Amino acid sequence: MNQNPAQKPAIGHNSVPKMTARDVNVFYGQKQAIRNVSIDVTSEHVTAFIGPSGCGKSTFLRCLNRMNDTVDGARVEGRIELDAQDIYAPAMDVVQLRARVGMVFQKPNPFPKSIYENVAYGPRIHGLARAKADMDNIVESALRRAGLWDEVKDRLGESGTAMSGGQQQRLCIARAIAVDPEVILMDEPCSALDPIATARIEELIDELRGRYAIVIVTHNMQQAARVSQKTAFFHLGTLVEYDDTSAIFTNPRETRTKDYITGRYG
Amino acid sequence: MSAIERRPTDWASPAMQARIAARYRAERNFRRLGATALVVAAGFLAFLLFTIVRDGWSGFLRTEARLEVTFTPATLGVDPAAVAGPDGKAMLARADYVALLNEAARGLGPASGTLSDAAWLALRERLLADPGLLGQRVSLWVPVRSTIDLLAKGKFDLEAPADSRGVSDREVAAWRWLEREGRLRTGFNSAFLGNADSTEPELAGIGGAALGSLFTLFITIIIAFPLGVLSAVWLEEFAPRGRLADVIELSINNLAAVPSIIFGLLGLAFFLNIAGLPRSSPLVGGITLALMIMPVIVIAARVAIKAVPPSIRDAALGIGASPIQVVFQHVLPLALPGIMTGTIIGIARALGETAPLLLIGMRAFVTDVPQGLSAPATVLPMQVFLWSDDVQRGFVEKTSAAILVLLVILIAMNSLAIYLRNRFERRW
Repeated sequence: MNQNPAQKPAIGHNSVPKMTARDVNVFYGQKQAIRNVSIDVTSEHVTAFIGPSGCGKSTFLRCLNRMNDTVDGARVEGRIELDAQDIYAPAMDVVQLRARVGMVFQKPNPFPKSIYENVAYGPRIHGLARAKADMDNIVESALRRAGLWDEVKDRLGESGTAMSGGQQQRLCIARAIAVDPEVILMDEPCSALDPIATARIEELIDELRGRYAIVIVTHNMQQAARVSQKTAFFHLGTLVEYDDTSAIFTNPRETRTKDYITGRYG
Repeated sequence: MSAIERRPTDWASPAMQARIAARYRAERNFRRLGATALVVAAGFLAFLLFTIVRDGWSGFLRTEARLEVTFTPATLGVDPAAVAGPDGKAMLARADYVALLNEAARGLGPASGTLSDAAWLALRERLLADPGLLGQRVSLWVPVRSTIDLLAKGKFDLEAPADSRGVSDREVAAWRWLEREGRLRTGFNSAFLGNADSTEPELAGIGGAALGSLFTLFITIIIAFPLGVLSAVWLEEFAPRGRLADVIELSINNLAAVPSIIFGLLGLAFFLNIAGLPRSSPLVGGITLALMIMPVIVIAARVAIKAVPPSIRDAALGIGASPIQVVFQHVLPLALPGIMTGTIIGIARALGETAPLLLIGMRAFVTDVPQGLSAPATVLPMQVFLWSDDVQRGFVEKTSAAILVLLVILIAMNSLAIYLRNRFERRW
C-alpha cells in the first residue's frame, strides 16, 4: 500500500484498515475543497472528523460512499479503497458500495412512510429478505440495535415523520443498519437534536462500535472526545492532524489543532 | 474614537405621532383597496353567472303537448295478423309513424301544426314498448315546436308589435288554444342531455358534444400526462445542466405561451394533411390539445419535483437505491399531488378550448352521438360556439344551458384538483 510519509497516519499500524484514502483531492468546478488527504479508518474504532465550518470534513466524508457523485461539477482525484478495493474504479457498483458504506445525515430524513417501511426499504431494494418473516426479523433487529424497538414496536405502521427529532435520527440509523453495512458514515448526526437526544445517539454510537467502522463528522469537540477513539482535524481542506483522540485533545502536535480545540477559532 | 452625540428619540413629539398615524392610515387604505378589488371581481363573476343561469335554466326544460292517438294499422301500413308473427317487432319499427302523427295532429284543431318534427319518435317508442296497443286509442305526451316551447316559457314579449316580436299571430293563437285545453306541460328535458346537435332547438342536445369532449380529453390525457411527466423527470433529475438544458427550458416556457390557434394550424398541417388522420375526430383533437397542454404539465411537474426535499433523495441514495429507484419510489410519489393539480388545470384548459379545434374540423354539425375516437365529433365549447351563432331563437337558452353544463364540469375538475392537493400535500 502506498503510504504517504508526510502524513504518517498514526493508526492502521496495529490493525487492518477498513477504508484507506490516499492523496485525495476534491474539486467543485474550479474550486478545490480537499487537498491531499490520506487517512485510514478501522472497524474497531470510531473515527471523528473535526474542524471549523467549511474545512471540507463533510465533503471528504461524502467521498467515502461516493455521495459527491450526485453533486454537479464535483470531481474526486486520488485513491479511496474499501477492503483494498478502489471504490472509484469503473468496476465498482455505486449502489452496492452505498449498501456497504451506509450514511446518516445531518438532518433526520426519514421517508414519509411508516416506521416499518423506512427500515424495510433498504433490505427490500437489495433483495436481502426472501419472506415476510425474514423482513420482520431484519426490521426488528435493526430497530433493536438502534435502541428504538421498545419505543416503536406497537406503532410500526405509523409515519416515520411523526416521531420526535431524536427518534427520527435513530430511525435513520436503524435504516442504515438494516442493509448490514460495513461502514457507517455520520454527517453531524446530532446537530439538529436536543442534548438528551444527542446523549442517546452518542450511547448508540458507542454500542455500535466494533461491529461497524464508524466515521462521524462533528462540530462539537466534546462529542468527538466522548464518542471517538481516533480524531482527524481538518482545516481549509487539508488534514492537519490525525491521531488517537486522547492525544489530539491532550497533546496536539500542531499549533493549529491546539488553537482550534482550545477555542481560539472555529 | 469618540461616539457621535445624538439626541434621545422623542416618541411623544407631534411629528412622530403624525408619522405613526400616517402609517396606520396607509395600511387601512391598502386593505380597503384590496377588499374593493375583491368585491369588483366577485361582482363581475356574479353578474356572469346570474345572466347565464337566467338565460340557461329553462334550457333544461321542455314543453310537451298531450295528443290522442289511435294506432290504426291501416295508417301505419302494417298487417295486424303479421305483427303477431316472428317479424312483428321489425315490422312495427318500420311502420309509417309520420302519417299516424299527421292524422292524430288533426285532432288538435288550430294547434295541429305545433308538434315537433320528431314527435313521431314518441309514438314509435310507445308502440314498440307495448305492441298490444295496436288498434287502441291512447293519449300521450309529445314534444312541441321550439316556438310553442318558448311561448310556454314566456320568452316572447306578446305586447310588442307583431312584426318585431318574432312570433306570428297564428302561433300565439295555437299556443293559447293548447293552454286553454290544458294540453301543455313543461318537464325536465332529458333529450337535452342525451341527444346530439340538431337543426331543431327542441331536439338539440349536448350529449354528443359531451361524449366528444370525453373522447378528446381521454386522448389528451393518455398522451400529455406520461410525456409531460417523463419530460419533467428527465429535465429535473437526469438532464446535464448547461446550454442544452437552458434552451429546452426556454422552449418549454415559450411553448406554454403560444396562442392555442397555432397548435390548431400544426394539427391541420401535420396530423390531417401529412399523417392523414381522420378529420373532425376526437383522435386528432386530442393529440392537438395534448401538444397544447404538455408544456403546462411539464412546468407543473418540474415545480412539484423540485419541491421534493433533496434530503429524501440523499436518504434513498445513501442506502443504495439506484437513481431510477429514487425517482420512481420516492420523488414521483411525493410530487404526484402537485403533478395531478397541474395536470387537472391543464385538462380543464383543454376542455374549454375551441380555437385549435376549429382548424382541424371539429366545428362539425354532428347529429349523432360520436361512435368512436375516429368518428366525426364536436366538443362542448364548440357546441356553445355553434349554437350562439344560430339564428333560431330557441338556441339562445340552449347556448346558456350548455355553458352551465361546461361550467359545472370545470368546477368539478378544479374542485378535484384542490381536493387532491389538500389531501395528499405533505409538509416538511
